[in-house]
Amino acid sequence: MDDPLIIAGREFRSRLITGTGGAANLSVLERALVASGTELTTVAMRRVDAAGQTGVLELLRRLGIEVLPNTAGCRTSAEAVLTAQLAREALETNWVKLEVVHDEETLLPDPVELLDAAERLVQDGFVVLPYTNDDPVLARKLEDIGCATVMPLGSPIGTGLGIRNPHNIELITSRAGVPVVLDAGIGTASDAALAMELGCSAVLLATAVTRAQDPERMGAAMRCAVEGGRLARLAGRIPQRFWAQASSPGL
Amino acid sequence: MKAQVNGTSRDLADGTSVAAVVSLVGAPDKGVAVALDGAVVPRALWDKTIVPDGGVVEVLTAVQGG
Repeated sequence: MDDPLIIAGREFRSRLITGTGGAANLSVLERALVASGTELTTVAMRRVDAAGQTGVLELLRRLGIEVLPNTAGCRTSAEAVLTAQLAREALETNWVKLEVVHDEETLLPDPVELLDAAERLVQDGFVVLPYTNDDPVLARKLEDIGCATVMPLGSPIGTGLGIRNPHNIELITSRAGVPVVLDAGIGTASDAALAMELGCSAVLLATAVTRAQDPERMGAAMRCAVEGGRLARLAGRIPQRFWAQASSPGL
Repeated sequence: MKAQVNGTSRDLADGTSVAAVVSLVGAPDKGVAVALDGAVVPRALWDKTIVPDGGVVEVLTAVQGG
């Protein structure tokens, strides 16, 4: 069944976007990425002498996975815009996962700075994929100013708490005109499946795979979960009932 | 003259170019970008762009993240 994910006119067969942070080493990361089937993967921008880890770009190129630079670590619109511009220069892509977080404890998006940065980057010709709160109003505003997706969190980054407000995610997916990507908070496969059942077009996750006891196997689990959830969404679930309803004919 | 390179104060010869600073920090050939005083310096201008006294240079590359 041909059911591609389309972002800004580009088609992806996989509906799983992954991060590369948290993996013990590049060989673990490689096996996890391959098992996940991802075609689009995030990287962060850092100072050359503080990087400590190199080779991730070569790995992604060898695997044929598109690079999606992020603005992780930025706290203000100005920082995020400069980081996105540096990523565009370094990686020759105008796509950016826009992150502008408020504080280290929650890593929650700062909506005021986020919206400002998104607007400036759209005007500067970027394809903007913003990491946002699970706020239907903010999601609508990000779409209105020209973002290519909206990417609401399920719960704070790295917590693995899953989707804390499924109704908000459904409010966002029910009226979005761009793909909704559930970003952050995924802990295990059922969370990813639920995101898709709620109408998300894709799931973005990192920690749930890279810090799992067996990242390769969890990568495969997430691939299956996203596919299963998507199929269930398209198939249309049965209404929930209070009382039982026999599935065998009466005697 | 002095400049801040990736957060560290460095003594640089007058007329040092951005390209020279990039090799000074040991940046890889690909996947690198430079900001001078908060603005991107396109790769094509690295040779021509001279770091001013007190300039702030950031040399960035992609790492695992997100």
